[in-house]
Amino acid sequence: MQARTQRLYVLGIAAVFLAGAAVLAYFGLRQSANLFYTPAVLAKQGRPAASRDVKIGGWVEPGSLTYSDDGTTMTFTVIDNSPHTIRVQFTGLAPDLFREGQGVVATGRFTEGDIFVARSLLAKHDENYQPRELPPPRATP
Amino acid sequence: MIELGHFAACLAFAAALAQSVFGLLGQRAFAARFSVAGFVLMLAAFATLLVAFARSDFSLALAAQNSHTLKPFVYKLAGVWGNHEGSMALWCLVTLGFGAAAAWRMKTGRDIFEARALGVQGLLASGSLAYLLFASSPFLRQTPAPLQGAGLNPLLQDPGLTFHPPMLYLGYVGYSFVFALAAAGLLEGRIDRAWAKEARRWSLAAFIPLTLGIALGAYWAYYELGWGGWWFWDPVENASLMPWLIGAGLLHSVIVTEKRDGFAGWTVLLAVLAFLFSLLGAFLVRSGILTSVHAFAVDPERGLILLGGLLVYGSAALGLYAWRAPSLKAGPAWKLVSREGALAANNLALIAAALTVLLGTLFPLIAEAAGETMSVGEPYFGATFTPILGAVLLLLPAAQAWSWGDANAKTASTKWLIVAGALAGGAVLFGLMLSRVSIGTALAVALALYLIAGAVIELRRRAISVQRLAALPLRVWGMTIAHAGLGLFIFGAAIETSQRYETTLALPAGGSKPVAGWTFTLDKVEALEGPNWYADRAILTATRGGESVQLAPSKRFYPAAQMPTTETAIHKTGTGDLYAALGERREVNGETLYVFRIYFNPWIDLVFGGVALIALGACLAFWPKRKAET
Repeated sequence: MQARTQRLYVLGIAAVFLAGAAVLAYFGLRQSANLFYTPAVLAKQGRPAASRDVKIGGWVEPGSLTYSDDGTTMTFTVIDNSPHTIRVQFTGLAPDLFREGQGVVATGRFTEGDIFVARSLLAKHDENYQPRELPPPRATP
Repeated sequence: MIELGHFAACLAFAAALAQSVFGLLGQRAFAARFSVAGFVLMLAAFATLLVAFARSDFSLALAAQNSHTLKPFVYKLAGVWGNHEGSMALWCLVTLGFGAAAAWRMKTGRDIFEARALGVQGLLASGSLAYLLFASSPFLRQTPAPLQGAGLNPLLQDPGLTFHPPMLYLGYVGYSFVFALAAAGLLEGRIDRAWAKEARRWSLAAFIPLTLGIALGAYWAYYELGWGGWWFWDPVENASLMPWLIGAGLLHSVIVTEKRDGFAGWTVLLAVLAFLFSLLGAFLVRSGILTSVHAFAVDPERGLILLGGLLVYGSAALGLYAWRAPSLKAGPAWKLVSREGALAANNLALIAAALTVLLGTLFPLIAEAAGETMSVGEPYFGATFTPILGAVLLLLPAAQAWSWGDANAKTASTKWLIVAGALAGGAVLFGLMLSRVSIGTALAVALALYLIAGAVIELRRRAISVQRLAALPLRVWGMTIAHAGLGLFIFGAAIETSQRYETTLALPAGGSKPVAGWTFTLDKVEALEGPNWYADRAILTATRGGESVQLAPSKRFYPAAQMPTTETAIHKTGTGDLYAALGERREVNGETLYVFRIYFNPWIDLVFGGVALIALGACLAFWPKRKAET
């Protein structure tokens, strides 16, 4: 009898925590798993809601990088193999390997209409590490 | 030299096989000798790698790929484990080391059991050695030898990274012997107090370096990456957090087995899972299936071998568990409101927390299999892991205060709990009144204070009087310090992550701008040269009132690796760190500007100090009993 009550306790507690964890995980993933967009995908699927964190990726278009007057905010265009583009705005330090013509992955939101406001930027890190969402590098960027 | 090392490693493999055969046959003395021999041989093999790296012998392919003549000496040595093959050699060395230490220190007085534990450890060591020798040998020669090496990833040229991997490996691999003890106990069908006493010590022996290893990694990320934070929910960070959570559960469950004969089956399961999760971590890191700054090289074949090993160990251990666990005896009965009840709930919450981390870490793979590219970041973990951790913290003082079996609600301990709860409630009100913080932060701060108060009150209760505090067993002190450390960590983490101030600043040489009460002036940017790098260093002066602080963040460039790194500048104030990172040079409207990221990280020392206290508490709990107590 005692052993059975004890087992009930443990199973009860386990059920509470697992159910709680499952609910939290479900809503957590629904709200915050980031979808990934390239310019072509974005053009096809339309812009996600401004309240939603997403990732975008592609190459930084050569000649598109400009800075705000105080020098802290940069704006550039991300391109892929399609005719579509995404304008990206980012305030902060560019990653060490950020270059025009190089691959980049940005996390952020479309809060400014068509401009993607990035919270973080990842650039190609070294030969062995490249954001896996990126398509393979183009032969002639 | 290297050939001798290679040969020694082969002999170590043979010794490990002999250790497993004799061990499983129950020959304690033979198994012990072979485990010591295996360790010594592997130590010699590892030493030849160290020597080759120290002498920049580039006929060793591994040294050519990962070292450079101009690297400072310490980093030449650290370069041995700054790559896949070398780190696997370290893994093997530590596995054999734990076997040798166990052969020497195990004292259950049960020869067959100890022999089997050594035998299982031998099996684990042979598995890793087979992988090392046949799938990722660090001993390969290269002809002709290049004149210069390719250099270590410059991010790893840092004191934090010199000690972070060995510490982490001591932790991961430490659980291999806990696993071996579990398997031997299951083979014998006896998981009793003597088993638990032994298992507890080895769990602590793994938990301490694992904690320190994670803390060193977090500290390194804090000052080296230049992102201002210390935890990024990177898959590899998660891979070390999961065994830590399970190990923390194990440390508490094993106490129930040691003191009350209870939770035997659960404790053994956690002992097995702790090591399986360590292996899972190794698999996630080394296979490169997840994007991470830690992934050394993407090699699906190696990943498959590691996954195979994980499946073999896992199914063997869990099969053994399924076969033997039903016959394990249950301990004395307990009520829900009792120490057992609180510990059971806490253990389950820790496992639930580990599972949410696992789900978040693997979800991108699941999504990819379903044809979607997705990633999971901090918001997910904040929404799932944090509330479950809150439940763990809420239960923690109860587990300390309630007595075994049946804790009467009227006992003094609960009264103290109420006092602690009241204190915490006051803190929540205070926090909300200041209203600078969110409810989540205020709750976390309240929980932290509740934990610290709970730890101190419990210490006082157990000592009965202040005079007798010094006579308390070390493990009680260890518990108090670790739990208070956890409280300090929660306090620091809650304040730091919610109140961190960060901004971007672009200055011309000689220019100045106000930032959060300070005025930052860029005095100059100078060029520096190191042994294998050159750098731009900015001299920033921050003034506030009469106070003046100099910060010198720099940006290094390593020509050998063609890679820049960020060297942050940190100034400690009484209430937090003033932190500056130098970015790139920008030409704006004809003016040359240097960009900086400036952070103020309040109470950051509590984050690292709290974790250090957890490790210190675990050390005290690990320390053998004083003579008077035995």
